[in-house]
Amino acid sequence: MPHIAMNQSNTKNGQIAPSDLERIYRSLRLIRRAEEEIARIYPSDKIKSPVHLSIGQESVAVGICDVLEPDDVVSPTYRGHAAYLAKGAPLRGLFAELYGKATGVAGGKGGSMHLIDMRHNVAGASAVVGTTIPIAVGFALAFKRTRSHRIAVAFFGDGATEEGVFTESLNFAALHKLPILFVCENNYYAIHTPITRRWATQRLCERVETYGIPTRCIEDGDVLKLREEAAAAVARLRRGEGPSFIECRTYRWLEHVGPNEDFDAGYREQQEREPWLQSDQLISIGALIASDRRSAIDQEVEHDIEDAIAFAETSPFPEPSALYINVFAGQ
Amino acid sequence: MSLPGNNQRLLTYVDAVREALAQEMKRDSRVFVFGLDVDDHKAIQGSTRGLIDEFGPERVFGTPLSEDAMTGVAIGAAMAGMRPVHVHIRMDFLLLCMNQLVNIAAKSSYMYDGQVKVPLVVRSMIGKSWGQGAQHSQGLHAMFMHVPGLKVVAPSNAFDAKGCLIHAIRDDNPVIFVEHRLLYFTDAYVPEESFEVPFGKARICTPGDDITIVGISNMLVESLRAHELLAEAGIHAEVIDPISLVPLDIETIARSAHRTGRLLVVDNAWTSCGASAEIVARVVERVRNGKPIQVQRMGYAPTTCPTTPVLEREFYPDPAKIAQTAYAMVRPGAPAWQPDAEAAELAYQKKFRGPF
Repeated sequence: MPHIAMNQSNTKNGQIAPSDLERIYRSLRLIRRAEEEIARIYPSDKIKSPVHLSIGQESVAVGICDVLEPDDVVSPTYRGHAAYLAKGAPLRGLFAELYGKATGVAGGKGGSMHLIDMRHNVAGASAVVGTTIPIAVGFALAFKRTRSHRIAVAFFGDGATEEGVFTESLNFAALHKLPILFVCENNYYAIHTPITRRWATQRLCERVETYGIPTRCIEDGDVLKLREEAAAAVARLRRGEGPSFIECRTYRWLEHVGPNEDFDAGYREQQEREPWLQSDQLISIGALIASDRRSAIDQEVEHDIEDAIAFAETSPFPEPSALYINVFAGQ
Repeated sequence: MSLPGNNQRLLTYVDAVREALAQEMKRDSRVFVFGLDVDDHKAIQGSTRGLIDEFGPERVFGTPLSEDAMTGVAIGAAMAGMRPVHVHIRMDFLLLCMNQLVNIAAKSSYMYDGQVKVPLVVRSMIGKSWGQGAQHSQGLHAMFMHVPGLKVVAPSNAFDAKGCLIHAIRDDNPVIFVEHRLLYFTDAYVPEESFEVPFGKARICTPGDDITIVGISNMLVESLRAHELLAEAGIHAEVIDPISLVPLDIETIARSAHRTGRLLVVDNAWTSCGASAEIVARVVERVRNGKPIQVQRMGYAPTTCPTTPVLEREFYPDPAKIAQTAYAMVRPGAPAWQPDAEAAELAYQKKFRGPF
């Protein structure tokens, strides 16, 4: 069983404005509820795509994306609903994509594992772990070349750090001082295999530091701490100081793929999840907001989700002729 | 063989590649050239020579030995609006890039529903001779032809090398640009000004009525040598250069094969599941109640490329082997024919100047 270090201290940041807290809460709430609805609908077989849910891991995407500019690019993983929504990409396009409808963000051709929305600068996700890390570096290279203020953020899991392309990407980004923030969502498992059976040591940040990249590890999923670290890293990136790395320890509450819990499968213990349930960021941020405001946000979120589901349900499937569209650009 | 036109001069293949890069980099600031050793003193056999002086290290730079990530970086930069040219001194190294090329470059336009495009050129060189051996000699173009979303082009002469490379850089799709080391110092009349050779248009190099021979990459040149040997035996071969393999101008090849009734495809690669198999299959599929077409493939021997010249000679098709195969197809039942040994040797000293 992996060792799960928990920092139980609560960040009470008196400086954060109520409007910031409400925005963060809304984002956490939207992702949680959207995915709960996906899990609810999934057994009906209306969703035509395998789903890797982020429930329990929302704070990583929310904390990081909250400090980005609209034209900064984020590169999500196949467990990417959270980053997609946290960056502001549309809920309707997400649900329609999961339903395989023509109105989905990728016209029903990408599904949950290949989300993209370049209008909101969400780069395309890949089902092959680690593959998008250098692609995010490529965006950063283009930003540097064009003297842009934009930055790129690469999200990836603990498993991706085992792929060769991860260290290749770190090295190149550091060598060229590229404006990229590497964000490792360490949820301790690659599918069902714990890091204790995959990593010779758990000193991930130390490994990354050997490339001259500053690192931080946030051990408890605290969204405000994450946000603070991200803000500091982003400021360095905009000053041209080169890449930064944040390891965000977190925990996946449901099964690797699909809508259910899987503690009966025997590869992990339910008690592992307990501290994460207790430090649920949705609850703790919600507690910092006036209850009438919180109810209003909750209602808005429910309305948006109902609207998105109705949109997906009533949208048409693509025409058969769409099969051959975009095999090549412009065709 | 073409004659020189206005503003044309003899240029080697390697200089044609270099000139195409320089002209495109000058025209479009989004174009950059990178890859292991593109900026060193050898400059990829000279094909990137001088570019760093003209365009600086931001647009011409060597990389770590990280082909996987570097391909991803190129793809990301392309999605962000740049037009990268990623250079590999041997095609064998593309095997280190397969995940990025097959899973991302080829599929992005489609699986992201046109939200991004990947205007990426991957230059790679096939080696031969001087004991290049198992891992410096592979022509792997068929692997890329298999996957929808990649374009594959294999110019056989300096004229096409320049025109195809310019076209590839301007194409909004990933293009696998296949070069051959032995072609580098062949020359052709090439216009000084910028021009494009569009993909999907094969070229009939030598008209003939007896047999259609399709030669891919360097095997086009070997097929032209075979054509000379066959002429001495009174056989007139129509030699066709497909130039681009994806898209493939099957019409021109099929029309010729239907007319001659015989199709020999000579590839600079293995035949199994190869470009030669694909071309033959597509031509034969078009036969509808017509007269059947006699088909044959030639390519690398179905073994690994050895280094010793004695075995390497057996490994590759050569003008004599191609001519003999064609002869047997045209004159079945005739006594075995061998081109004159001296003529076969002389075939190697014959200069062919594209664009044929």
